[in-house]
Amino acid sequence: MKLIYLVISFIVLAITSLFIGVQNISPLDLFQLTEEQIHVLLVSRVPRLLSIILAGVGMSICGLIMQQLTRNKFVSPTTAGTEDSARFGILVSMMLFSGAGQFVRVLVAFFFALLGSFIFMKLLDKVKYKDAIFIPLVGMMFGSIVGSITTFFAYKEDLIQNMSSWLQGNFSMMIQGRYELLYISIPLIVIAYLFANKFTIAGMGEEFAVNLGLNHKQIMNIGLMIVALITAIVVLTVGMIPFLGLIIPNIVTMYRGDHLQKSLSHTALLGAVFVLACDILGRVVIYPYEVPIGLTVGVIGSGIFLYMIMRRKAYE
Amino acid sequence: MSNKSKLIGLAVVAILLAVAFIFIDLGNNWDYALPRRLKKVYAIILTGGVIAFSTLVFQTITNNRILTPSIIGLDSLYLLIQTFLIFVFGSMNSLVTNENVNFLISVGLMVMFAGLLYKMLFRGDGQNIYFLLLVGIIFGTFFGSITEFMQVLIDPNEFMVVQDRMFASFNNVKTDLLLIATIAVILVALYSVKLIKYLDVLSLGKDQAVNLGVDYDYVVKRLLVVIAILVSISTALVGPITFLGLLVANVAHQFLNTYRHSYLIIGSVFISIIALVGGQLIVERVFTFDTTLSVIVNFVGGVYFIYLLLKESKSW
Repeated sequence: MKLIYLVISFIVLAITSLFIGVQNISPLDLFQLTEEQIHVLLVSRVPRLLSIILAGVGMSICGLIMQQLTRNKFVSPTTAGTEDSARFGILVSMMLFSGAGQFVRVLVAFFFALLGSFIFMKLLDKVKYKDAIFIPLVGMMFGSIVGSITTFFAYKEDLIQNMSSWLQGNFSMMIQGRYELLYISIPLIVIAYLFANKFTIAGMGEEFAVNLGLNHKQIMNIGLMIVALITAIVVLTVGMIPFLGLIIPNIVTMYRGDHLQKSLSHTALLGAVFVLACDILGRVVIYPYEVPIGLTVGVIGSGIFLYMIMRRKAYE
Repeated sequence: MSNKSKLIGLAVVAILLAVAFIFIDLGNNWDYALPRRLKKVYAIILTGGVIAFSTLVFQTITNNRILTPSIIGLDSLYLLIQTFLIFVFGSMNSLVTNENVNFLISVGLMVMFAGLLYKMLFRGDGQNIYFLLLVGIIFGTFFGSITEFMQVLIDPNEFMVVQDRMFASFNNVKTDLLLIATIAVILVALYSVKLIKYLDVLSLGKDQAVNLGVDYDYVVKRLLVVIAILVSISTALVGPITFLGLLVANVAHQFLNTYRHSYLIIGSVFISIIALVGGQLIVERVFTFDTTLSVIVNFVGGVYFIYLLLKESKSW
């Protein structure tokens, strides 16, 4: 697949996304917009589009980095407990600093997501059976354990329905003033680009990387920090988008191979295209209501993930 | 201390706790309180035993001490069934309020799901048991996405009914349900008696077991079915307690320090009863019903599990 096809579908979907919604705005109106239409576009449609793109790109890149660092195709923020840890962090910030702004929440969520990633990496060191399928299993177990700790506190504070309502991925709330936090992920994605080759080398194992003159520990830490920060931001603003970071890099690998720097732009674009498509689907399927992105991606994503591991099994 | 005396010690502690639970603060209304408490203790013993047994067998089959059978998606399916029934029919519908019907529906669907899962994955040769688990856990996330979606839409008053079902509770177990469950458990237990003798050999690993003349596939498939039925029964009876099994099986391994399943099974059943009765005592007397037993058990189990993974120097 050529990059150009991805670019074209991205542009088409992005424009479609702008003009779908209860408030009718057609592309033909573009030169004679009423005040109300301009308002809708600026306050709701454009922020939504931007947040979809940023979240899609960010989570896909996170998945790609994690897969390179662990040398395992099935590791991603969903299957390594990172998302659950970020969720726990958000709950903690809700309980301890209930009056604090978004920024404090991101910091706390980031801290927890980072902690979760480090624990997961430590678990990886201890697992003797380094089977490609066993690792995500451990990661998801770890995630559900963190989830049960979250539940323990959420239950005491009577926050369970509250938590699930704003932590299920949902773009309908993305209006002006609520999505800007996602901009933080842009510099992170740029850093990921710059470090791409080093992540690949770091993934080849500590000894190998050190032999090649790489500060292995530092690169690992940078990678995990990028992943944790992007995950924390996305979970906090949009909510959980399961399996996104897992399926996109894998699809790209199927046709692009493993070279990180070559596949990064594909991964980023495909992530945005996929989330855009899922979001449009969710908006039209029960129009004028909408299905949250967490559900659409959760359903489609688990289907694709199942297909991928079945396919992998067929090769064995 | 020999393992026999350790087992006796465990039995004594379990009985003492049960007696304490029944007689502390019994008050004057003996004929009201006593039957209720006896029933509660009996429900705890039944589910505790079932969960301990199924987790232990499961860990032996998978040759791994960090897994628990609840993760193959049965817990999430149970929550999906309950949420769906309440969401579609309302909390006053007989499908929800009639415990017998609800129990039968839940057990039926869960066993059916496990059956389909096994059937799908055991068709060919060379099946990898971790593969089965990963597929199960992905289905779990899939069910979870749908459940969460419905929980967000549900009326907050109805959600309180859902939330009650989300956590295991021994407070309102119906007598006739206990009867059905007991009969089912006895039948399954009778069936599995002839398989238990293979467990010691199975714990050596697949290759050794086959070498020693065990019909590996035959035994493992049947044991997996037994586990699925048992977990379904206990979940439908009291609700999901995901990490109880993990906790008690590991404590049993640590405490008894043996590989003989005759000791391990009995020991883990006692430990499970101790954990549940003790936990229930704490919930009722210390937290004064402020939280639920399963939330505490999952919390303690989860924390203990992470501790185990990080602290113990041996690898898994």
